[in-house]
Amino acid sequence: MKKLIIALVALLPTLAMAAGGGAPTMKAPIDLTDKESLQNGAKLFMNYCFGCHDTRYQRYNRVARDIGITDEQMIDNLIFTGVKVGNLMYNSVDDEQGAKWFGQTPPDLTMITRVRGTDFVYTYLKSFYADPERPFGVNNSLFKDVGMPHVLQSLQGVPTAEFTTDADGNRVLVKDEHGLAIITTDGSGEMSDDEFDIAVRDITNFLTYASEPSKLERQNTGKWVLGFLAIFFILSYLLKKEYWRDVH
Amino acid sequence: MSSAPENNGRRRFLTLATAVVGGAGTVGVAVPFIKSWNPSEKAKAAGAPVEYDVSKMSPGQLVRVKWRGKPVYVVRRTDEVLEQLKSGHNDQLKDPDSIEDQQPEYAVNSHRSPNPEFLVALGVCTHLGCAPTYRAGDFNEIVEGVANGFFCPCHGSKFDMAGRVFNNVPAPLNLVVPPHSYLDNGVLLIGVDKGDA
Amino acid sequence: MLTNIVNWIDKRIPMTETFNKHVGQYPAPVNFNFWYFFGSLAMLVLVNQILTGIWLTMNYTPSGAEAFASVEYIMRDVEYGWLLRYMHSTGASAFFVVVYLHMLRGMMYGSYQKPRELLWLFGMFIYLVLMAEGFMGYLLPWGNMSFWGAQVIISLFGAIPVIGDDLTLWIRGDYVISGATLNRFFALHVIALPLVLVILVFLHIVALHEVGSNNPEGIEIKKPKGSVAPEELSKFTYHKQYSEKYDIVDAVPFHPYYSVKDIMGVVGFLFFFCAVIFFAPEGGGYFLEKPNFEPANPLKTPEHIAPVWYFGPFYTILRVIPDKLMGAGLMFGAIVMLFLLPWFDRGTVKSVRYRSTAHKVNLIQFCICFVVLGILGTKAASPLNNFLGMVTSVGYFGFFIALWFYSKNEKTKPLPERISH
Repeated sequence: MKKLIIALVALLPTLAMAAGGGAPTMKAPIDLTDKESLQNGAKLFMNYCFGCHDTRYQRYNRVARDIGITDEQMIDNLIFTGVKVGNLMYNSVDDEQGAKWFGQTPPDLTMITRVRGTDFVYTYLKSFYADPERPFGVNNSLFKDVGMPHVLQSLQGVPTAEFTTDADGNRVLVKDEHGLAIITTDGSGEMSDDEFDIAVRDITNFLTYASEPSKLERQNTGKWVLGFLAIFFILSYLLKKEYWRDVH
Repeated sequence: MSSAPENNGRRRFLTLATAVVGGAGTVGVAVPFIKSWNPSEKAKAAGAPVEYDVSKMSPGQLVRVKWRGKPVYVVRRTDEVLEQLKSGHNDQLKDPDSIEDQQPEYAVNSHRSPNPEFLVALGVCTHLGCAPTYRAGDFNEIVEGVANGFFCPCHGSKFDMAGRVFNNVPAPLNLVVPPHSYLDNGVLLIGVDKGDA
Repeated sequence: MLTNIVNWIDKRIPMTETFNKHVGQYPAPVNFNFWYFFGSLAMLVLVNQILTGIWLTMNYTPSGAEAFASVEYIMRDVEYGWLLRYMHSTGASAFFVVVYLHMLRGMMYGSYQKPRELLWLFGMFIYLVLMAEGFMGYLLPWGNMSFWGAQVIISLFGAIPVIGDDLTLWIRGDYVISGATLNRFFALHVIALPLVLVILVFLHIVALHEVGSNNPEGIEIKKPKGSVAPEELSKFTYHKQYSEKYDIVDAVPFHPYYSVKDIMGVVGFLFFFCAVIFFAPEGGGYFLEKPNFEPANPLKTPEHIAPVWYFGPFYTILRVIPDKLMGAGLMFGAIVMLFLLPWFDRGTVKSVRYRSTAHKVNLIQFCICFVVLGILGTKAASPLNNFLGMVTSVGYFGFFIALWFYSKNEKTKPLPERISH
């Protein structure tokens, strides 16, 4: 164990370089108050992501309430595992089976936007490109050699990235002025590029909501608390002034 | 250093105002601490209404359904039993007309249920919480002239087929009828009033 | 009615007497400035931590399998659980902010000097226990950074010759950090250490009230009995324990003057505290670190292991020393230096206001080094960072050594007899 730690500590700089302030990402244009977007995001998430990824820390009925649909709508449209509406959102794939299919268990996504960041998730979903050398036929320009298929390909169409050759003769991705890969689609998807952007935004919006469902309540309560404290501070300042007239 | 305060009124006012605002703040801080003791979403999910399909029950049969950790007795009553409940032994009961608040409003009737055919009551004796046993057909041995009923083995309390308590037993009140209703397809829903679902 | 109740109690325990001695008729120097808020603020944060901590244990499950999920249960399923949790997590960081400023105050105005050495030592023990609290509490959410942070820190003990490996095994109670480690840390975090902390805080205050508060001028307000002309004495009434022994000048009773002032300080502090709780509870990734939003995974190290910010200075000292044993030794040494501060400083003038330029420069360079060390502790190692860490570590230890040398015959400014205000 000691050797492992030393090895890890020695590895730190390299790892940190790899993380290196994070690869460039696009700003995700999300809006947690946009219920329509959240509902669409939930629908897309449940249909395209939930087959492999859990969101096991949230409950169906809480999600229904927060995104503005009824329990019945939730049960009829979004619960595919036949469980009760008050249950936690586990999918029907057990962790070991998932590990067998993908090399590792597909991670739970409840807090993914707090771990990776909202912009990362948004950019990631738009960064798949066709790569016949990879087992699933796709690679990801933000998350190199990710072990996940491009589940949204039927919506986006087949994405292709631009490549060039660097000084050493290696094939590398062409990056635009923001450091992002240039990816184009062949138009075979169900959605236009704009529609696909909206779909990805909605999924990201839903996952951002899921990572902290009390965020809007928190900020709203916060305004009142700070307002109250401001008034309280003025009063306590005047009181202090009043007493200290005895001294000064 | 100046002399003693000249403006005592101002000082009193500010002290009072600060105390009131500070008190309000303290109450505000207490809110999350107090509210966090309410049943959590998990507890609420576990205590959610329970469904039971009563159509497969045979006449006279009793089933126990668990709702919020307690046993709920569901009995399919026969016509004879219902006839008997109308007034057959009212003079022997403590609260034949369900005056005490032991049931939802729609169960204030001789059979203490929205649907006469089914008794839905908590199987928890109102004396000390034992589970009364269902005596089908041989309740005569305990109360003469009444063929069916519930007998609590702990302290001998007796209830009729509407969960109404007999005189001269330790249990003070009728059995509790939980809120319940029937879905359109006839499935019993325990824990929710009609229209609340 | 009220008087009767008070009388009834006073006949049985010295309630009014104690209140007067320590609050109502306690002589406090009249010239406390901004820096004197942090003592009462530390008390406030302690109360916050204890209350929210008790409430969190009501729903937290200390087991390897359930700890992480139980924290999310608090965040999602328990009514206002998110607020209680953020109050506690933000409170942990706030505690260190307040305590670091409180310690800096003591260093600036010489509040550790004779006769306040024991007061300083109690304070340092509080700081030490606080660090243990912070470290153990950080394991409890059982996130991935909890796990790896604890892994790195516990393995520090492995640097101790001969017994090191056995010691780390004993601390963990397992071959890796596991549920056994989590359970013992939980017990210490919620029962043992808070108990010690409260006792130490009590002793800290007893010691303070015995020797009396220092002040920004570093001039005592208690003069020898009979040395002050009657018209110069403080016009307020003080408890006889103080007034019979000393002539008290330039003072006010703690209550109401400093109680109303501290209320103002508390409300001002709460404004910033709540701003973080409600608008930035992650503290930009410093109060709640990103990798801690995924569960502990012994097979997956976070890309960059950083301790929580308040351990930053000591972690940097550990990291820049190329030898493991030396590094760990110097890290603990850095804390020992703080303990010994009253004896490193051989001067008699307390406040920085009347001390030499050398001391002012030394104190400023110490503060800069401490802050830079802290920032480096949260950053990934790099040749430049290592160099900076080395330089600032020298600055950190250099402060104490230089102090020992120049304080013996320091060129200080003449001290006035009285506090001017």
